[in-house]
This record gives sequence, C-alpha cells and structure tokens, in this order.
Amino acid sequence: MINIFNFLANPSRFRLFSQKAYPYTLFIMSIFMSTGLWFSLFNSPPDYQQGETVRIMYVHVPAAWMSMMIYFSMTIMSIFALVWRHPLADILSKCSAPIGAGFTLVALVTGSIWGKPTWGTWWVWDARLTSVFILFLIYMGHITLVRAFEDEYKGARAGAILTLIGAFNLPIIKFSVDWWNTLHQPASVLKLGGPSIHIEMMVPLILMALGFLFFYFSILLINVQTELNIRKLKKLFIKKFSEKN
Amino acid sequence: MNRAKIKRRKRLSILLLGFIAISTSGFLILSASRDSLIFFYSPTELMEKQDIAEKVIRIGGLVREKSIISKGQLKIEFIVEDGENHILVYYAGMLPDLFREGQGVICEGKMGKNRIFRANKILAKHDEKYMPPEVADALKKTGKWKGVEEKK
Repeated sequence: MINIFNFLANPSRFRLFSQKAYPYTLFIMSIFMSTGLWFSLFNSPPDYQQGETVRIMYVHVPAAWMSMMIYFSMTIMSIFALVWRHPLADILSKCSAPIGAGFTLVALVTGSIWGKPTWGTWWVWDARLTSVFILFLIYMGHITLVRAFEDEYKGARAGAILTLIGAFNLPIIKFSVDWWNTLHQPASVLKLGGPSIHIEMMVPLILMALGFLFFYFSILLINVQTELNIRKLKKLFIKKFSEKN
Repeated sequence: MNRAKIKRRKRLSILLLGFIAISTSGFLILSASRDSLIFFYSPTELMEKQDIAEKVIRIGGLVREKSIISKGQLKIEFIVEDGENHILVYYAGMLPDLFREGQGVICEGKMGKNRIFRANKILAKHDEKYMPPEVADALKKTGKWKGVEEKK
C-alpha cells in the first residue's frame, strides 16, 4: 500500500496515471449515474408520507455525503502536506475544494426545495442547516485563500491549516441532529441499529452515491492535470525569461 | 535519526497539540452554548425555562391524537406533547401538508399568560423513516407499525 502511495506521490507519474484512469472513471460514473437516475426517477416507489417529493432525496443525500467525504479527504491531504510536505497533497487538496463546494451547494439547494413542501419553510437556522452552510463558507474561504498568495507554497500551507481547523465542523454536521433538537431529521442510512429506509429506496440512493463518487474522481483527475500543466508552463516561462536576460 | 525525520516529528507533534487544543476549546464552546444551539424546546424542557414570557420561542413535540379543534376558518387549537408534558397551542394560518395527529411539529410563537402557546408559524418535522405506502399499510395490518397514523 505504502509503495503505491510513494509511486503516485511523484507529480509526473501521477499525471500519467490520471491520464490513463480518467476515461475509466468517466465510464464507471456514467453507468452508475444512468442506472441510478433511472431507478430514482422511474423505478422506485413514492414515500408513504412525502409522496413523489422523496425523489429529491436521491440527489440531496449523496451530494451531502460527498460534501463531507471530500472535506475529509482534504483533511487527510492537509496533514500529509503539512507533515510530510508532499507536493501532490497540496495539489489534490486545492483541486478538491471547488468540487466539494459544488456538492455542498447542491445539497443546500435541493434540501431547500425539499423543505418547502415537507417542513413548510425554505430555510431555518437549525444546527444541521447552519453547520452545512458553514461548511460551504469554509470551502469558499479555502478556494480564495489558496489563490490569494503570490507564492503557491504559502497559499497551499495557509489552505492546509484552514482545512484542519475547519475539520472541527465535520463531526458537528454529522451529529448535530443527535446532539441538539433540530428541524432536520436524524440519519436514515449511516446509523446504529441499521438503516430505516426501505430497500427499494436504498438501491437508487446507493447507485447515485457511487455515481457522484466517480464524478468527483473524474473531475479531480482533470483538475489535477490542469494544475500540473499550469505549473509546468510557469516553470518553462520563467526558464525562458531568465535565459533571455 | 536524521534531521528530516526530527523535523517531521516536530511538525506532527505541533499538529497533534493544535488538534487537542482546538477540539477541547470547541467542545467547551459547544457545551456552553447549548441553549442557543437547540432549535426548539420540548414541553418538558420548557417547564425548566424561566423568563420566557413575551419572548419568541419554538416548541416541538407530537400533535396529540384527537386534540385538534377547529376554531373557525384557518384557526385551530391542538396539544403538543412529548410523552411527559404537554402544551396547548393556538394557531391561525396555513398549515404544512404533513400536519396531522401524531406528527412531529415545531411551533414558533409566544407563551400566553393563560399557558396557551400562541403560534404564528408551524413547521412539520419529518422523521427518518422512508418506505413505500404499501409497506406502511402492510406494517399497520400486521400490527408492527410504530410510526404516525396516516391522514386518509
């Protein structure tokens, strides 16, 4: 396992790997997404309470999972970047943040659309909704902070520290519905005592979650390639510029 | 040990110390501000609260079975309970679709002097159970139903 990490930690090797892996992630994503969408829109039952509104969940819940999963992986990457100074860890973290922000926004917007018919309101400031909104703000902060420095390395370090401090928010998001009275309902799938969601609704949910996961992988690989290319171009430019003078 | 290894160790221990400091302070802040973090009080929690008169607060619980009384057009009275205590609620306005007997609701408003809660907003709370209607019906028939009764 450690060998694989060491092998991929080299940026140019990772570039080769990502060029090879990208079409596969795209292919797997399209399979999960198409079957998942078909199940969630046409081949799953309405809910006994919500009726057809339940279908919003098949986008909302996987997006919310992804928003937390991506942040968690950014946290791991930040530890690698700060302690072991892996250059690739910085790049992976930088390239993940906009995707995570996108998923958080999707979770917030779809949740709001679901909340209006179910709860009777678009938005309330309860612990769950507020902590997810804070996650979105941290993502936006990370995106701007990393790009705010002229020196890439300084920006990456500031971003890694911000990520680690913001990681405090993750358990708050997960357990907010258990610790405090909230309008948002507690977890249905990832909880003690097994899921309280019917198997016919679980299948589209899991398929969509896997589709979202591979969507993240494919966008991440493209983002990393772009970032590596930009860095290479910058180096070439500086070399050429210094040769001229 | 070479220099790089010592440096790495130092960075790791700084990180660990920072983690401990942040999580302890975070824990203290969160446990101290519990009152502002909870979205609503249950009737039992409200019993322990003082100085709630003329303050906008939210209460939450289940709508007691057969307690909904119509008081004219769009005006209703019902009881919110949490198993131990209950509160009488008066509300005039539109109700969310999921509002019914046995449903979890959250009422925003002020506590009146006569212990009647005058709500100006009602939100329906959704539970974490998801299932098709046929399954819900089957559970009711076999007597394994633990959730709320469905409005027909």
